[in-house]
Amino acid sequence: MTSLQNRLNPQTLLGGLVPQSREHWINVVLVVGLVGAAVLAHFLGERFYINLASRIAIIAMAAVGLNLALGFGGMVSFGHAAFFGLGGYVAGIAAYHAFNMTPVLGIGFMPEGTTQMLSIWLVTLLVSGLLGLAIGKISLGTSGVYFIMITLAFAQMMYYFANSWPNYGGEDGLPIFLRNELPLVDTNHHLTFFFVAATLLLISLWISQRLMGSRFGAALTMARMNPVRLATSGIDPQPVKLVAFVISAMIAGLAGALYADLNRFVSPSMLSWHFSGELIVIVILGGVGRLYGPLAGAILFVLMETWLGGVTQHWQFWLGLVLLGVVLFARGGLMGFLAGRSKDV
Amino acid sequence: MTFALVVEQILNGLQLGTMLFLMASGLTLVFGVMGLINLAHGSFYMAGAFVTATVTATTGNFWLGLLVGVLAAGVIGIVVELLVIRRLYDRGHLDQVLATFALILIFSEGTYMIYGSSPLFLSVPQELRGSLNLPFGISYSRYRMAIIGMGILVAIGLYLLISRTRLGMQIRAGENDREMIGALGVDIKTLYTLVFALGAALAGLAGSAIGALQSVRVGMGEPVLIMAFVVIVIGGIGSIKGALVGALLVGVVDTLGRIFMPLTLVTFMPPSQAMSIGSAISSMLIYIMMAAILAFRPHGLFGAK
Amino acid sequence: MSEPILRISNLNKAFGALKATQDVSIDLYPGEIHALIGPNGAGKSTIIGQVSGNLAPDSGTIELDGEDITALTVAERARRGLGRSFQISSLADELSVRRNVMMAVQAKQGSPFRFWSPIRTDASLLDPTMAVLERLGLQERAGTVIAELSHGERRQVEMACALALQPKVLLLDEPMAGMGSEGTSRLTGFLEELKKEVPILLIEHDMDAVFRLADRVSVLVSGAVLVHGTADEIRNHPAVREAYLGEETA
Repeated sequence: MTSLQNRLNPQTLLGGLVPQSREHWINVVLVVGLVGAAVLAHFLGERFYINLASRIAIIAMAAVGLNLALGFGGMVSFGHAAFFGLGGYVAGIAAYHAFNMTPVLGIGFMPEGTTQMLSIWLVTLLVSGLLGLAIGKISLGTSGVYFIMITLAFAQMMYYFANSWPNYGGEDGLPIFLRNELPLVDTNHHLTFFFVAATLLLISLWISQRLMGSRFGAALTMARMNPVRLATSGIDPQPVKLVAFVISAMIAGLAGALYADLNRFVSPSMLSWHFSGELIVIVILGGVGRLYGPLAGAILFVLMETWLGGVTQHWQFWLGLVLLGVVLFARGGLMGFLAGRSKDV
Repeated sequence: MTFALVVEQILNGLQLGTMLFLMASGLTLVFGVMGLINLAHGSFYMAGAFVTATVTATTGNFWLGLLVGVLAAGVIGIVVELLVIRRLYDRGHLDQVLATFALILIFSEGTYMIYGSSPLFLSVPQELRGSLNLPFGISYSRYRMAIIGMGILVAIGLYLLISRTRLGMQIRAGENDREMIGALGVDIKTLYTLVFALGAALAGLAGSAIGALQSVRVGMGEPVLIMAFVVIVIGGIGSIKGALVGALLVGVVDTLGRIFMPLTLVTFMPPSQAMSIGSAISSMLIYIMMAAILAFRPHGLFGAK
Repeated sequence: MSEPILRISNLNKAFGALKATQDVSIDLYPGEIHALIGPNGAGKSTIIGQVSGNLAPDSGTIELDGEDITALTVAERARRGLGRSFQISSLADELSVRRNVMMAVQAKQGSPFRFWSPIRTDASLLDPTMAVLERLGLQERAGTVIAELSHGERRQVEMACALALQPKVLLLDEPMAGMGSEGTSRLTGFLEELKKEVPILLIEHDMDAVFRLADRVSVLVSGAVLVHGTADEIRNHPAVREAYLGEETA
């Protein structure tokens, strides 16, 4: 290539911005591996492993949501279980009222629930977005440790509320007797449900990718790296971060709605701070701020949980040691280890 | 009935506030001096309770158990600081959160390995059983009263330690300017270890004392830890005074809310509904209070800046 | 004389007992460089901070192009045409030169809430970015990460970021610091040209540069303006020689 062409070609011009091929191929392997494993499990008749793949896809999706706030926006939210659990309860409550044919929340003019996933997803996006807006607005007034503790505290508030509100099972949780439905496909079919989950995961990954490559993403990146520079350029960091937090909450909420349908059960444990912590762990294990890091982290985490959990009852002890080792000595996570330093400069 | 009930509930609130203060003062001290957020603080609470329960069960002496429990929590604090925590001081908050979250997993599962999953029980010492007769025909548990008294003593002790001693001077210097205390010739590493151990011992004291009121089990520290976070966010991170005020506020509001919210609602809705709605709302009360305070004072009541 | 583009009136700011800014009034007119000089700790950067919006004044007003901007945020002021450089460079160290400058170009073009189209092929961002970089002779460094730049280059990137905003006023806080004599003289030449486009409020310790560049000078001592004047008046002012220049040589 001549030097003139070299200068005019936007890809070369932006050299560092183009995803490096190694990370790209690892991303492809992760997605193909997950889908391939589910399909293989289907043909082997191993329902447990199909559902495990669905679980990975859904947890990964929640982590994709968190990654947007934590990895790309630098907002260490210790309360994303609030959105995940809220999504779960939307699915659970909708199915509960549809089953009993009573109005939602017992309020006369409300509809009598629904078993349609599409409607449930829409409502989930709306309410988790609103919750994200409320929590984000209050929490972003602070920073640093305050932000961590406040997001944690708000999620705990939801947790205790779900525990003590008896109408929807309280601490016992709420069963979903029949998995909610989609037009045209049978969601009770294990592999079909996996494909629903995997499709939503890929859509959320695609959305993250487009967001982070856009002007908004550039502003969010600068808000994380140097908010003073962003403000000096004429863009207020707070609204940019708030919007990222809301989108992040919506993705996590949607994942929660799917998770409730996967398990046909929703309980306050989906709102627990342990889950918020695990989501952070997944994002970090995968490699913070890497687009496919959450998927890598979710695969690693769920497989460790399944296999180590099969070997020893105390697998979390070993998880703790691994995590401590990663934090103290191996920064960059799995994607950092596999794909080298992030090249997006 | 109502007056006695109110007084009793306020005392219960103060007792909860005392526990929260013991937890929150350590957390806030560690954050103020070292800039560290420690999620594993609840593990020291748990450790204190388990050791106290074990020693008391073996020796039959609660006071010996309490002493050993507090010392054990302090020693575990020293070990954890030396092995893990001191590597985290110059790290970001995210790394601190992760590493101390990992410590929670290690401590909780480690305790399961040692003690199994069934809870231990610790009974109130002979001297403090029964209740105390207060004026106006109010009677109140001796043991809970003793906890409140202990909280007052610890608060005074901490005040004297920080305002009157050399260690306290170094702590204050550390809160104001972390670089400066190095220049003053203070051995920062030892200071940090001591402060961390002090926080751990206070958490252990809280756990040991509460062990006689609840069952001693894995995970007992977590609800208290999160309430302690609410306390220090309200009080202002780094401020001992804030921790005291926040702890009493949270303790009293939470306790009174749980009792009086349903009682208030019952006046205009059916009792069963009032009970469930009341308990659900009162479980959210301290968080709503936190949000309201932060809306006006983003750095808490006594926070710096 | 035309209206001032930037008018600072009766600005006051105290940190506890320390009066960092005392009743400071400075006007900046189109086409000029107004230098703010004074010994270390005289409160020069505190004034820049208040003008750019990073610090809130206790009293006084700041007007930009006839509009009172005293109550506006940093970002709002930047959008209205206030560009600045920092004494200690403030850039995103992990990003390339291009990405840093592109941020300002993007901000100039409006809302950050454009979520979908990728910036890496967006000529409306790339072309102005490259134009600014070329103007500062940084085009070869466009793809370099800030962390790998020399001190002088970082200062130039800061300048590029400020210029990409197409500001009405530039606030430059010691742009020559640590530049070396060659860099200083090149930058001096650049600023001489630049002031025709955009007036500059300049803080600078290099007195040769100040007296070569500045049309007017304000001398700040202990937070208060000791004297205003043209460069020549200041150079020969006895009080200035005693209070400031004398101290410099001591």
